[in-house]
Parts: sequence; structure tokens; C-alpha cells
Amino acid sequence: MRRGLRIARVLLSTQYALMLEYRAEIALWSLSGVVPLLMLGLWSQSEAGQALGLGATGLSRYFLAAFVVRQFTVVWVIHAFEEDALQGRLSPLLLQPLQPLWRYVAAHLAEQLTRLPFLAAIVAVVMLVHPQAAWWPSPRALLLTALFTWLGFAVNFLLQTSITMLCFWSERASALDRLLFFPYLALSGLLAPLEAFPPGVRSLALATPFAYQVAIPARLLAGEPVAIGPALAVLGAWLALLLPLCLILWRAGVRRYGAMGA
Amino acid sequence: MGRYFRTLRRFWGMALASEVEYRFNLLIELVAVVANLASSLFVLSLFFGDGHRLGGWSWPAALVVLGVHQLLDGLTITLLQPNLTRIVSHVQEGTLDFVLLKPIDSQFWLSCRTISPWGLPPMLAGLAVIGWAAQRAGAPADPTTLVIAGLMLLCSAVILYSLWFLIAASSIWFVKIWNATEVLRTLLTAGRYPISAYPPGLRLLLTVVLPIAFLTSVPAEAILGRATASWLVASGALALMCLLISRWFWRFALRSYTSASS
Repeated sequence: MRRGLRIARVLLSTQYALMLEYRAEIALWSLSGVVPLLMLGLWSQSEAGQALGLGATGLSRYFLAAFVVRQFTVVWVIHAFEEDALQGRLSPLLLQPLQPLWRYVAAHLAEQLTRLPFLAAIVAVVMLVHPQAAWWPSPRALLLTALFTWLGFAVNFLLQTSITMLCFWSERASALDRLLFFPYLALSGLLAPLEAFPPGVRSLALATPFAYQVAIPARLLAGEPVAIGPALAVLGAWLALLLPLCLILWRAGVRRYGAMGA
Repeated sequence: MGRYFRTLRRFWGMALASEVEYRFNLLIELVAVVANLASSLFVLSLFFGDGHRLGGWSWPAALVVLGVHQLLDGLTITLLQPNLTRIVSHVQEGTLDFVLLKPIDSQFWLSCRTISPWGLPPMLAGLAVIGWAAQRAGAPADPTTLVIAGLMLLCSAVILYSLWFLIAASSIWFVKIWNATEVLRTLLTAGRYPISAYPPGLRLLLTVVLPIAFLTSVPAEAILGRATASWLVASGALALMCLLISRWFWRFALRSYTSASS
């Protein structure tokens, strides 16, 4: 237990130092997340947006919350891992007495930490432009948002890692990442609030991991009603499915891995 | 001039031959095109329930905008992304020296060195959407409209190229620029929707600062046969200006290029 804590602390602090080196890059990443704010412009202007019954404040809060939440559920493990596997950098990591995937988890968490100041700056700008959208979520909402954002990140990480494991079999597995991206765009709630979906699509979205990346935590943060029990059940089911799948693929993949040039 | 065409044929023949090696990718790319189109059609359709309109555009007219966006996306995958993202590694590894020494224009070499066939499916999908939607929207199919529409599409392609090139060329100073092109791609998704659908402030930003209006909305208007002369002239002038700026910027950037080890 103590050893685990020490490893976690060292991994996180080294990865944080590494990410700070790339802060300009991470600022750009935060900027590339502004899509929900563009969509807020569209929805607040459109006839369809007014027909949703959320009101101007409701829409602003939802999309601002979606922008914030999304910064903490983004996963890019496939690109980092593909490069490491192709260039043979994975080999020394395999020799260490630590499951190498933890290193990527730590990198993601450290990167989220680095994003915080940029995130705060963008939110502050939006608040200045749209003062009527400002709100302070209740402690309960904040706690639930944190819990669901973290669970959403965990499911997304496992989903992406399962696909990442295909790097052991194909040299261009990152192309597969795009196949996950399109259903994510359509169903996550990043581009449209769940209220806008036809009922059938809404239930489909709630059964996939995608709605839990953006829509559900954003609703919690914006103070909209969420059915907590069913949401936890779906997330639990995905975790129970993806965690073993990930580990099985990892074992099979490592057995196949011959390092580069072998 | 003939020399440039001969070189281009050699470059692209070689690039295609090496890409065909990855046949598994063909399948992925085809699925990706269908998924991409389906998800953007779905999100766009959410704005048009119950006979709603978006920024004064009908459903088929807005589909033309989406089709133009698809077409430009295909162009990005075919030509811009594979070539311009490589400038960074030329700068990092010092191989830009070899490019500059070649008896051929360096901007031409860097912009046209290779080609990726994976942009063709999105381009064809874009053309199909444009054709179908333009017919549904009752666009005139006379030669004048077609010629003007073609010219406007050419202008938007030139503007898009110049934006990409400007960002890619700035890697001479900021060695890591890969993310900036990613930010550009994200911001360009704003072009999936007609410019008049955005609130006034954002509309101004997307016309003057980042000319997304000229990328998709203006060509779409031309295809629908409702372009006004002033927009056509503005679009042509902007395209010419962007191209000249990219030319000038490259020369300016080269002046501060000091090779990798010096």
C-alpha cells in the first residue's frame, strides 16, 4: 500500500514536471476544446434551440459545463502508445516492476492538472462576456460532477486502451481511434444537449459510454436533473466489461510484442 | 512550368504506391467516411425538427454548406495534412536544408511533396451531398452558376491552404506546432453550419478574423445561385491576398531560419 502511494506520487510529480515543459502546447489543446462554446452560439440563436425549453441561461450553463467537463475526460493514450510501441520505447518500460499502463494514466492526470489555469482563464472570459450565465453549483452537484467525470474518464480510458492494444498487431492502430470519434461527436452531448435528441437516440446515447464523457457530468454541473442510479449502473457495466477486456488484450499483445526490428 | 507538372506526377505516383501498402486502412477509411457523414448529418438535423430553419437556411440549403465542408475536409486529408504537418519535422531534424538546396521552389516542394488517397472518399461524399442537396433546394443548374460555384470553391480551397501554410510555416520559430494545426481543424468545424446562424459577435469573428464564412457559406451561396457580386469579389480578393501573404510569410520565415545545429 505504502509502496503504491509512493509510486503514484513519484509518477504524478514527474509527469507533471514533463507536462509543464509543454505548457504552450497544452494551452493550445485547451483552446481546441472551444467547440461547445461555438455550439452555444448556434443553439442560442436557432429556432430549434428556443424550442428546447432550457432558456438562454440553461443553454449557456449546459455548454459552459460541457466545455469544462470535457477537458477532464479527453483521452489520447492511443497516440502516445503507438509512438512508444513503434519506436521501441516500450521495451524498457516492460522491464520495470510496474504495469506500464499506469504511466499513461499518470500522464493523463498530470496533463489535466496543467490544463487547469488555461481552463480557468477561458471560463473567466466567457463569464465576462455572458455575466448572466454565471452560477455557483451546490457542493452536492460539485461532488457528483467530480465523481461522474472521473468515472467517465475511467471508462473512456479503458475503451481507448482496448483499441490501443491493437497497436501490437497493426502499425497504424491510431486510424481506428477516428472510428470512435464520430459516434462520440454525435452522441456525447458535446454538440447538442440531450434534450435535442429524439427519444430513441437519447436512450441509445445513455447506454453507450459516450454520453458519460460530456452530457451527464455537464448536466450535473449545470444543476439539471440526472437519474443517478441508472447512470451508475451503466457505467459499472461498462467498467466490468472493459477492464477484463483491456487486461486480456494487454497479455495477448505483450506476448506478441517483439520490439522494433525483432 | 512543365517541369513542375512532371515533378508532381513523380511525387504523387510514389506516394500512392506506398499508401496502397496499407490495405487494411482502406476499410477503416471507408467506414470512417460513412460514420463522419452520418454523425454530422445527425447533428445538423437536430436543428431542423418541426420545420425549424437555421439562420434563415432551409434543410437542403444547409446541407450544401455541410457538403462543402466535407469537400474541404477531403482536401485537407489528401494534400494539406500529409504535406504541411511535415514541415515541423524538417525543421526539427534539420532536413529543411536539403529542401532549400533543391533547384525547385521550396514552398511548392513542401506543399505538394506527397498525397494521401484517403481524402478521396470524403471528397466524393461531399460532392454527392452537394449535388443532391442543391437539386432539392432548387438551385439553378445553368453554366454561369456552375462556373461561379467552381470559382468560389477554388477560392475557398486557396484560403484554406494559406491558413494551413501560415500555421505550418510558423514552426520555423515554434518548433512544436502540430497542435496548432489541430486547433485550426477544430475551429474549422464551425464551417459545418451557415454563418448567418451564429450570433453577431461570433459571425464577425468568423468572417474577419478567421475567414470561415468564405470557406463554406460563400461557396454554398454560389452553388445555390444566390451569391451577390460583392461577396464574390471579396472572396476572390481574399483568396489572392491570402496566397500572397503565405508567399511573403514563407520568405520572411526563411530569413530567420538558422538550420538545426547553428
